Amino acid sequence: MKAFAQLFLSLDETNKTNEKVKVLKDYFNCVPDTDKMHMLALFTGRRPKRPINSTLIRTWAMEASNIPQWLFEESYHVVGDLAETMALLMPQKESTNDKNLTQWIAELNAIGQQPEEERKLWLLDSWAMLDTQERFVFNKLLTGSFRVGVSQNLVIKALAEITGLDAATLTHRIMGSWMPETYTYEQLVQESGASDDVSRPYPFFLAYPIQETSDKQRSVEEIEGALGDAGQWQAEWKWDGIRGQLIKRDGKIFIWSRGEDLSTDKFPELHPFLNALPDGTVIDGEIMSFKDGLPMSFNVLQTRIGRKNLSKKILEESPVAVIAYDCLEYNGEDIRYKSQSERRTILEQLQAATPFPEMFRLSELIEFNSWDDLAKKREESRSINAEGIMLKRKTATYQVGRRRGDWWKWKIDPLSVDAVMIYAQKGHGRRADLYTDYTFAVWDGDKLVPFAKAYSGLTDQEINKVDYFIKRNTLEKFGPVRTVKPELVFEIGFEGINKSTRHKSGIALRFPRILRWRHDKPKEEADTLETLKALLGE
Amino acid sequence: MAKKPLLEFTDRGIYCAPGKFYIDPWKPVDDAVITHAHSDHAYLGHKHYLAHYLSREVLLYRLGGIALQTVEYGEKIVKNGVSVTLYPAGHVIGSAQIKVEYQGEVWVVSGDYKTEDDGISTPFEPVKCHHFISECTFGMPVYQWKPQVQVFEDVNNWWRNNLSNGLATVIVGYSLGKAQRILQNLDLFNGKVYTHGVIENTNEALRRNGVILNPTERITQETSKEEVRKGIILAPPSSVGTPWMRKFGPYSFGYCSGWMALRGAKHRRAADRGFILSDHADWDGLISAIDATGCECVYLTHGYTASFTRYLNEIGFNAREVHTLYGGEEEENPQDVAAEEKEFEASNSGEAGGPAQ
Repeated sequence: MKAFAQLFLSLDETNKTNEKVKVLKDYFNCVPDTDKMHMLALFTGRRPKRPINSTLIRTWAMEASNIPQWLFEESYHVVGDLAETMALLMPQKESTNDKNLTQWIAELNAIGQQPEEERKLWLLDSWAMLDTQERFVFNKLLTGSFRVGVSQNLVIKALAEITGLDAATLTHRIMGSWMPETYTYEQLVQESGASDDVSRPYPFFLAYPIQETSDKQRSVEEIEGALGDAGQWQAEWKWDGIRGQLIKRDGKIFIWSRGEDLSTDKFPELHPFLNALPDGTVIDGEIMSFKDGLPMSFNVLQTRIGRKNLSKKILEESPVAVIAYDCLEYNGEDIRYKSQSERRTILEQLQAATPFPEMFRLSELIEFNSWDDLAKKREESRSINAEGIMLKRKTATYQVGRRRGDWWKWKIDPLSVDAVMIYAQKGHGRRADLYTDYTFAVWDGDKLVPFAKAYSGLTDQEINKVDYFIKRNTLEKFGPVRTVKPELVFEIGFEGINKSTRHKSGIALRFPRILRWRHDKPKEEADTLETLKALLGE
Repeated sequence: MAKKPLLEFTDRGIYCAPGKFYIDPWKPVDDAVITHAHSDHAYLGHKHYLAHYLSREVLLYRLGGIALQTVEYGEKIVKNGVSVTLYPAGHVIGSAQIKVEYQGEVWVVSGDYKTEDDGISTPFEPVKCHHFISECTFGMPVYQWKPQVQVFEDVNNWWRNNLSNGLATVIVGYSLGKAQRILQNLDLFNGKVYTHGVIENTNEALRRNGVILNPTERITQETSKEEVRKGIILAPPSSVGTPWMRKFGPYSFGYCSGWMALRGAKHRRAADRGFILSDHADWDGLISAIDATGCECVYLTHGYTASFTRYLNEIGFNAREVHTLYGGEEEENPQDVAAEEKEFEASNSGEAGGPAQ
């Protein structure tokens, strides 16, 4: 645990990429192979099951730190991270443990089967033998909230430098559902042939945004300057659904979402078409809800995500289909090296052969003669529930991760309104103990009606100023929430707007965020609820 | 009729009606008793100031030609029949708790304080009183400080590492208090200490006051980047991310503050290294200090006042939350940063305030 806690601390202490890679390499070089695999699992989001529920963990942590519950809760609001709060509240001591990561995780996995009394003893003992930093990392494992400020790419880079394998191969080999207890380091780094797991997806190729910030639009001239001749590009609508990779191998089917969640069971409507595909086929596309043959907003799809049981009613109300836009494997061959156009031809052949064209749809190629022409077509996006346009270079191979160059997303401008901040709450993580989570309101007659919460969009400097304002202009406190004197006006951007019966305002926004602080606007000039309702377009 | 309390909380500051003086007032008054020279306690514009003699030069440097009377710790001054005595608060050099005594009733105003002996400020001394007015900047149980010996071992090791990796070392701490505490604990066998103008001005003021500090060298236009790389740069928070700091790159930048105890706060300041070092008392320090006064009632002026007050009441103290404008230098509010930036600009253009140097 010492090495792992130190790894965490060292990664925390630098924001320079090269140093992070060095820290990762140092870690790999000093721990046993089983620790390496556990670390990889953790750093790629594969967490151990939680052996103890969080209510018990909290209760026992309060006992160990000898403070009342309300003070524990207040401390949590100040720190903004449960694992860290518990680590800090317990008495500070020197570490007296020498178990490695593999041993700790084995204990974590085993203790879940024990009776409550045993689990409590084990937990109190464990806390007592760890120092603050180790306790923090241990708590992260315990509460299943393990996240690090290191991208998978960096971990892969470090591993690639140590093993001499290339990054794309390693990225592929750590995809899918593997367990650090059974997948060995030797298997991972063997010279050739990834271990033959039929469910393993390919790493997704992600598009780069054409405009870096949503309020700074690129002109047609700029796009032409950067991307060259329009004829080299293929354009498709950008849909707001769930990015998915659909696999048919050895008579088995798998549906992976971009978050590397195996979601085969969530989309039973897609099974017939997947079963009908030839073996050795992998398709990349967008899973969307459809009605009368038309894609619906993400809002509809959202109602079925996260549900354990899909009722008949849900399946009828929001049936899904796939808008397929790429083919990564054909006849059992990895064809990611082929050009976009070649892969498109194969995809079209596959689609032409399907008995389920309603479920297996092709992403339409937008016809255009010039960038100007395409810019005009882009304006139609919102009316067909698209988010904008995808641009793919016709000669592009299918690459790994987010890369500049061959795939671009050209999203439409967000919708926006000017709103008044009325409530504030402290943030989490690097924004802990600062008021960074705001609720915004628009006018309904002479009343301010809350309609959206937003967390992001301000610079650190602006956040400090807003925090300072809030701390000195609090009208009331309700637990962690402060009612703030309505005064500050912000421009709020969002991607979509829907009716909602759950919100006071009667509307719900998709991806609300702060576009800018309107220092120039007094609160009286903020927008009204009518303005928002007019955007519903119904 | 209920007796009026000896000290009252007014919109100008803490007021003693029979003595006709204020303690750390934030609006102009005739007679001000000052706990210490930080900007949220020592404001400009009062007719008369009383403070500890070790804050003399810093106050004059920061506030210009004020009418200032200074005293030693334990030296009693009588104002309109009310006696006023200063006791060490251990916060920064020259910081004091103010003991106010009238007709057998004793009040103590802590100002800011810490209970650990930092080796440079006169150590905190508990004073028995009936009423204690305390800060609680770090009044949450998540704040537990390590002894400074351990912190400075980390600092010096980090500095040595930077030296062997060819990196410049920038260590950041507030210009009055933290900077001198760091300076006195650096391992000077590693190299020389180079100071930012704002910090050096404060150092010079302290040296004029007779305080003996380790040798430092002020960074000027002529200071060479290579020379500085062999030592350590001591800089104030306002210099972080400025062109002034960037020109020393590549560097590793360490931040010394109590806020570094939380990962979130550390990330916000984008420091390469966060050293948990505070000039305020931690959770246990606050409680033990309050307990040692034996007071009937404790008033909490700034920090996590609401929850700390509640906790104190639960464990048997009689505690009240009061509203003041204190809570500056560790909170890094925009006004403070702006004030320091102004000071920085002035020192850069050679128009530093205070007496000629």
